[in-house]
Amino acid sequence: MVENKTEISVEALRAGDREEFSRLVENYSGPIYRLALKMLGIPMEAEDVLQNTFLKAFKHLKEFEGRSSLSTWLYRIASNEALMILRKHRPETTFSDTEPEGDDNSGYSPAQFADWRHLPETEFLTSESQAAMDKAVQNLVESQRIVFILRDIEGLSIQETGQVLNLSEAAVKTRLLRARLHLREELSTYYGERLEKRRKE
Amino acid sequence: MTPLDHSKCQTLLGSLSEYVDGTLSEELCEEIDRHIAECQNCHIVVDTLRKTISLYHESAAETGVVPAVVRERLFRTLNLDDYLQH
Repeated sequence: MVENKTEISVEALRAGDREEFSRLVENYSGPIYRLALKMLGIPMEAEDVLQNTFLKAFKHLKEFEGRSSLSTWLYRIASNEALMILRKHRPETTFSDTEPEGDDNSGYSPAQFADWRHLPETEFLTSESQAAMDKAVQNLVESQRIVFILRDIEGLSIQETGQVLNLSEAAVKTRLLRARLHLREELSTYYGERLEKRRKE
Repeated sequence: MTPLDHSKCQTLLGSLSEYVDGTLSEELCEEIDRHIAECQNCHIVVDTLRKTISLYHESAAETGVVPAVVRERLFRTLNLDDYLQH
C-alpha cells in the first residue's frame, strides 16, 4: 500500500512530530481514499472516510502498540469508517452477520461462459467499462466487498486482510472466492455483450 | 476415454481462488489442470477469473491518487496546511 517507500517512524509519530504525521498522511491517503471510494462509490462519503481515518489515527496514535503494521492499523480504521457509513446511510444493504459462513459453494454455479479475454485492450480502458467494473464491486455484499478490495485492489495478503477485519484466514478465503466468482460473472455478462456486439459489426 | 465427470466442476469451484493465486496444493492443482484440459466451460471460468482479478489489479494503479482539492481539504482539516506542498 505504501506509495512512498520511506519508513515512517512510529516513535516520531508518538512524540507528536507533525512533519512525520504529514508524511504518514502523504503516504497513505491515496490507498485510503481509493478503498473508501471503491467501497462506497460516492466521492463525498469517501472524503469523509479519508478525513475521519486520519483524525482518528492522530487521536489514537498513543494506543498504537505496533502489534500490526501501520498500514494494517490505518486500513482497519478506514474499513470501520466505511462500514459505519454504509450502515448509517444504506441500512437496506446486506451485512456480514446475515451472510452464511462455511466454504459451501453449492448455492453458486457459473452461468456465463463467454471467453471475452481477447477483446482489444481498448475495450477494458473505456470509462464505461471502468464504471461497469466499479458498479460490479458495489453490487457485492459488503462483507465480500471489503475483503475483495483489501486483497485484490489494495494487494494485501490473505493474512493481512484477516488482521484488518479481525477475521480468520478461512473466512477471508471464503468471502474472497465468492466475491471473485460473482465479479467474474458480472464482468462476463458485460464484456460478453461487448464481444457479441463486435462480432455483429 | 472415460466420459467427463461434470460433478467435478462444482467440487473444484471451491478451490479456484487458491488455484489462480498459486497457493493450492500440488495434488489439487494437478486435478484442476486435468479437469480443465477436458472441460471447456471450466477452462473459460478459470481464464476469465484470472482476467477479472488482473483487470481490477490494473485499475487500482490508476485510481490511487487523491484529487488535489480533496488533498488540500484533508491537510487543512488535520491542521497540516504548512506541509501542503505540491
